Amino acid sequence: MNVVLAGVAAGSAAGFLRRYEAIRDRLPGDPQPRARAAASLERHGLPQRSAEAWKYTDLRRLWEGRFGEADASFDASALLRRVLDRAGLAFDGEEALPRLVFVDGTLSAGLSRLPQGCDCSGFGGIDVDAPVAHPMMALNAMLARDGAVIRVPAGLDACGLLLVTLGTGTVGAHLHHRVVLEEGARLSLLEVASGEGDYLNEGVFAFEVGRGAHVSHVRLQQDAPGALSFSTVRAHLAERSAYDGFNLALGAALARHEVHATLAGPNAIVHVNGAQLLADSQVADLTSVIAHDAPGCNSRQTVKNVLTGRARGVFQGRIVVARVAQKTDGYQMNQALLLSEQAEIDTKPELEIYADDVKCSHGATAGALDEEQLFYMRSRGVPLVEARAILVRAFLDDALALVEDETARAVLDRAVAAWWEGRSA
Amino acid sequence: MSAFLSIAGLHASIDDNGTRKPILNGVDLDVPAGEVHAIMGPNGSGKSTLSYVLAGREDYEVTAGTALFKGEDLLAMEPDARAAAGVFLAFQAPVELPGVNNANFLRTAVNAVRRARGEAEMDSMQFLKAARAQARALSMPEDLLKRNVNVGFSGGEKKRNEVLQMALLGPSLAILDETDSGLDIDALRIVAEGVKALRSPSFSALVITHHQRLLDYLVPDRVHVMARGRILRSGGPELAHQLEAQGYAGFLAEAA
Repeated sequence: MNVVLAGVAAGSAAGFLRRYEAIRDRLPGDPQPRARAAASLERHGLPQRSAEAWKYTDLRRLWEGRFGEADASFDASALLRRVLDRAGLAFDGEEALPRLVFVDGTLSAGLSRLPQGCDCSGFGGIDVDAPVAHPMMALNAMLARDGAVIRVPAGLDACGLLLVTLGTGTVGAHLHHRVVLEEGARLSLLEVASGEGDYLNEGVFAFEVGRGAHVSHVRLQQDAPGALSFSTVRAHLAERSAYDGFNLALGAALARHEVHATLAGPNAIVHVNGAQLLADSQVADLTSVIAHDAPGCNSRQTVKNVLTGRARGVFQGRIVVARVAQKTDGYQMNQALLLSEQAEIDTKPELEIYADDVKCSHGATAGALDEEQLFYMRSRGVPLVEARAILVRAFLDDALALVEDETARAVLDRAVAAWWEGRSA
Repeated sequence: MSAFLSIAGLHASIDDNGTRKPILNGVDLDVPAGEVHAIMGPNGSGKSTLSYVLAGREDYEVTAGTALFKGEDLLAMEPDARAAAGVFLAFQAPVELPGVNNANFLRTAVNAVRRARGEAEMDSMQFLKAARAQARALSMPEDLLKRNVNVGFSGGEKKRNEVLQMALLGPSLAILDETDSGLDIDALRIVAEGVKALRSPSFSALVITHHQRLLDYLVPDRVHVMARGRILRSGGPELAHQLEAQGYAGFLAEAA
């Protein structure tokens, strides 16, 4: 069979492949999936915009492959302290959450505080059957040398766990996390990505959510202005389980958060919510592919974009309802507030439905702040800057309100307020 | 006559698909301190435009004339500065603010105005106490404070919410743009009581209305008849009764 390789650029992964050649002997775990990933990248390269899935997000800045190795002697404690402080989280003392801290792609045992109850064993490598057709998953499978491995035993509520990813300089970091929730287990994961420099922060999460288990995955992506930030989530959901995700994208020059969820058991629930607050020439992309493979499942997406300067927000949401997946309930809403003439939102919903008893809806809106509302508020004495802040916060409200974990919601609220203050200062 | 609000030769127009459409054609009006004045007139006479221009809405372009408030050039001030200076406009159609909590918004407004006036801000306990007392006085269900601003409010609830805002902001000039429209007789009395409670030698009101009823409660010092963007006739409260009995036709013919 002849495969037509549309939208790939030969040689675009060369920098990453050279790096792989240089370090392959030192990479942990089974070399076989890594070699498969390298072969795939060698053959296909990285996608360009003519590839449908990458139509709105230009990866050319990644092609350079200019990213290097970490400086192992770097002490990130001051950086971590600043990042936690900014998020309103305690660095030490009784209030500090259990946490796993990764610096430039490697776990920092000294800065981490291991949680009790759930098993956080060391990184063992890449799964033999790791998918490599997806460019980010391939890069990750080829180069990841560390990541969290979390297992929450049946029936346990592991409560909150903080996962911090710090990048520096021009380091290319690739983390491969694996989170397994056994039957009826619960975990609330708060991820904070930050750093300083023009680094690459690339991570893959593999969630295995057992029967009746519930995982909340709230991300604060506050990567440095020059950074490239990619996170790819794979979630496999068993009967009556739930993956409740929220991605707040504030940072990085170019960012993409991608969720591939498979609702494999009946009555499972997936939420892929988020907000993208972008300025200057930032680009952030939230892409999801939700596969309803069992009956009675529910998927929900509320994504809000606040865009200023020449920023561009991207939302791609694909829902695939298999023939067996009767009584599917799917909802997708993407809204954008455009605060400048040059800001842009690109929205692409795709519904692929093979079952006949299904409820699926999607919608998209884009607009500016309402002049009438602004005048009303100002006529009550509220200065323009404050009135705008209130309306922006109100616009985000029904998305942020979906974050159930109070600690996580407070962190996001604070980040949103600081972002706005930074814009209007 | 002390110059509290003094409008002279005010012309204003609105952009109507690229052409400038004049709406105010030389309004002259003085409202002394402590007085309640009513403006009556047929639809399209410019009454609401006058209220918007005084509150600082940007869609209208003032092409000539002046409006002085306590001796200051009102037209040069931003809308929020006008509010801080003591001007309050009760909207004919109050605007809904989804996602904005009514109590929080009120407190933000009250504190912004207090800040601008050099007064101490209210903390949330002080504010809630004051807001609840006012809401009770206006027979407003307390849960309206917890809801989003005007979202899902009935017409009467929206108007009461305007009066609640007015009471808490403590203006020295209130412009009521058809605050009585759509109110039943009980609500009308409550709203009128809310305005009467503010009456003092340093508070004036400009009441825009179609109906005599509100004026029965408020009893204006002066009544002005507005048509075609101008004040055609001014008089005492008896003028309102005359209008109620005879309609506008006679005045319009007289002015033509």
